[in-house]
Amino acid sequence: MSDDKKIGVVRFLGTNCDQDVFDALENIEGLTPVWLWYENKFDVHKFDGVVVPGGFSYGDYLRSGALASKMSVMDSVEEFAEIGKPVLGICNGFQVLCERNLLPGALLKNKNLKFIDKWVSLKNNVSEGLWSLGDETLNLPVAHGDGCYYVSEEHLAALKDNDQIWLTYDENPNGSVDDIAGVLNAKKNVAGLMPHPERAVAPWMGSVSGSVLIQRFLNS
Amino acid sequence: MSDKKIYEIKILPKKEVLDSQGRATQKVLEKGGFSLSKCSVGRYIEVESSESIEAIKKMANYVLYNPLIEDIDVQLKSTNG
Repeated sequence: MSDDKKIGVVRFLGTNCDQDVFDALENIEGLTPVWLWYENKFDVHKFDGVVVPGGFSYGDYLRSGALASKMSVMDSVEEFAEIGKPVLGICNGFQVLCERNLLPGALLKNKNLKFIDKWVSLKNNVSEGLWSLGDETLNLPVAHGDGCYYVSEEHLAALKDNDQIWLTYDENPNGSVDDIAGVLNAKKNVAGLMPHPERAVAPWMGSVSGSVLIQRFLNS
Repeated sequence: MSDKKIYEIKILPKKEVLDSQGRATQKVLEKGGFSLSKCSVGRYIEVESSESIEAIKKMANYVLYNPLIEDIDVQLKSTNG
């Protein structure tokens, strides 16, 4: 227990996937989740990983993730990322990390303007490092209105050159450039994706691909 | 003296960014018989402050718009003594 990796789970006003993420982490031997409240900074040296879960922080007001990205807890998340520790942003958490400039790009409204709730299959494009997920297809659910990933053409080329395009959809559900579902930062310790790994952690859920992804924190 | 000023901040999606709302709105307008070649949908924000326009621009840069995907225009709308 005391050797467990301590993983912080960030809660903003309007986060709603927090308990699912917490449970998913708790069910993996070797990981102990700890809540991180949006108003408080935390001691970055006391944690081994941080997850920013999905939901609708601040009701998606202004832009998805924009207001949450300015909260005190994000000052610590930024410091945590700067010292090279692993951060995972899921769905709204991905949007928050982009708005905080911890990840490249931005997430726009889905191309068809609809909220999309479905299972998708994903390909891992990163061959090494903490967030590399091997050759197998990952099956995860998506549930989002603003999941259309955007970067300028110039920036996209740079992401490709630097192996920062982490996950791609087999069938693009939302209009994302180059079918991008998840990206990494330049240092490869911060990862963000639109699909929900915490909703695919047991066979009865339909897939265990999410456990594979969350277990990466064990290697941190 | 701290005059109360009202600033208007207009935010529109950058030209190269897919503006799904603008496109959908344009289609409906065209279907309604209106003639237009483009429709962009953005946001309009008003801020009341005694600060200078430079300070308001800083405010806008802080969180009001995302320079990757949006363009912005900040103007002084009115001054109330």
